[in-house]
Amino acid sequence: MHYADNVDYPRLLSRPSIYIPGLAILFGILLYAQAGATSLGQALAGLFGLAEGSPLMANLLVALVITAVVAINIAVVMRLSLRHQVYAVWVELALLVLLFFYSFDLSFEFIRRKIGFLLTQGLVTTLYVSAVSIFIASILAMIGAIAKLSSNGIALGIANFYTSLFRGLPLLMQIYMIYLGLPQLGYVINAVPAGILALSLCYGAYMTEIFRAGIESIPKGQWEASRALGLKPKDTLTRIILPQAMRIIVPPTGNQFIAMLKDSSLVSVVGVWELMYLARTQGQTEFRHVEMMITASLIYWILSIVLELIQARIERRFNKAQVR
Amino acid sequence: MIRSKKLPLVEMPPRPMEAVPAVEIRNLSKWYGSFQALKDVDLTIARGEKLVICGPSGSGKSTLIRTVNALESFQEGRIVVDGIELTRKPEAVEAVRKKVGMVFQQFNLFPHLTVLENCTLALRLVRGVSQKEAEEKALHYLGKVRIPEQAHKYASQLSGGQQQRVAIARALSMQPDIMLFDEPTSALDPEMVKEVLDTMTQLAGEGMTMAVVTHEMGFARQVADRVVFMDRGEIVEQGTPSEFFSNPKELRARTFLSQILH
Repeated sequence: MHYADNVDYPRLLSRPSIYIPGLAILFGILLYAQAGATSLGQALAGLFGLAEGSPLMANLLVALVITAVVAINIAVVMRLSLRHQVYAVWVELALLVLLFFYSFDLSFEFIRRKIGFLLTQGLVTTLYVSAVSIFIASILAMIGAIAKLSSNGIALGIANFYTSLFRGLPLLMQIYMIYLGLPQLGYVINAVPAGILALSLCYGAYMTEIFRAGIESIPKGQWEASRALGLKPKDTLTRIILPQAMRIIVPPTGNQFIAMLKDSSLVSVVGVWELMYLARTQGQTEFRHVEMMITASLIYWILSIVLELIQARIERRFNKAQVR
Repeated sequence: MIRSKKLPLVEMPPRPMEAVPAVEIRNLSKWYGSFQALKDVDLTIARGEKLVICGPSGSGKSTLIRTVNALESFQEGRIVVDGIELTRKPEAVEAVRKKVGMVFQQFNLFPHLTVLENCTLALRLVRGVSQKEAEEKALHYLGKVRIPEQAHKYASQLSGGQQQRVAIARALSMQPDIMLFDEPTSALDPEMVKEVLDTMTQLAGEGMTMAVVTHEMGFARQVADRVVFMDRGEIVEQGTPSEFFSNPKELRARTFLSQILH
């Protein structure tokens, strides 16, 4: 949209040379994958009285029906405005994902029984661990970035080593090393602080690089103008450079926040009762693993969507001076 | 004007105006690696003097004025600004930067702040002026450069000429004794050059000490007390505008003038 040219090229999906071969390929794939043998295929075949017929007929029929549905769907959606196209595609894909989950023959009664605990204990712990870790990671990242840009050899050395080590080791290993390793030094650490420490250190290392790149992206002239006006280095950084760097820093940091939200599930290995741990353990007693996993997945997804929306708001805020 | 208590040099009893030049540069040399950017430069700028520095690109003219407020370092020689010896010590640099205002080729306005905030930020943080007083002062100088009505816009909403005038007002808000201009009109569209030069001419008329790196020879003729011609890191020739333009002595100066005056 931002980069659209002022030329009305024929739309890709409205060209017969794309549309028809595309549908033919879809039909071929469905046929090759024996669409008639799937649960959806069986239901469709039954509808047409072909349940006991030859598998080939069932495959042909099901592939044909699905291809026709897709063809009609594309033709309809192409007629909508851009905004409505996006909404329509979003809703359709979300329904397909939910349908996929629904096909597992889930016990909703079991989910209803367990979801309260999953939310009050699991979600709350996940949010708490993530929020504290994100906060500490941001502080570490700011310190790391400033150290990396300083001319202090000791600070530079520590920051370089820090980002190298904590970006280089698997997060799972860091969690184990902190939870099981620190007691070797005589300092016994609980599971939740260990998890928070590992997540903060790991994400602080990634975000150090984001913050550094953001600060470096601000033109040298901004530093020079600040210095010529007599601003102290601290004021130059906090009043001039960082507010501008935030525009560059926010999008990848939002990415990191979402990634951390889900990586917080790794602290379940040391027995923190967060969302993933509860999803695994609550399902065990009644062999209802799938119900719990899918419920947890959907909760993670909803959380990510909320974070995406917050990120979009923050981006708009820092972009205000760029509007022409 | 608030002066730092820590600085005995600034607190010296006032001497007669002529005794302390605004800027005194002695035997200044600067190297970028093995390339010598400034070669043994001697230059004194008197109080109230309007100096124009010209020369071909790469001659060291920008580098020279940027050493005056410590935006560039130097290896040999000395610079004394209004009696303050410019060293690398924080107190010395802070004291010099309080006396020297600078205007850049690329304006370097702060894009995340409004025009007014651009002018008040340093007043509040460096001079410790209250918000209200800083805004009054900033609006006074925005009025002088004739754009008070743009005070609440962002720099990106202004034309190049307006942006450069805001940059001048921002520097003036700090009430410097000396103003440095580093090619202030080189990045402007032709029709906006005049409004910036007019502002500078007006400032010169008010007695400000000015060092201007520029190719605007009309401005030099009209406003400058002295023209300095630099080439390859050294001052080749200097004199009053009428001497320099009508009868340049050095071949390099003649060549330069014939090239830029067409």
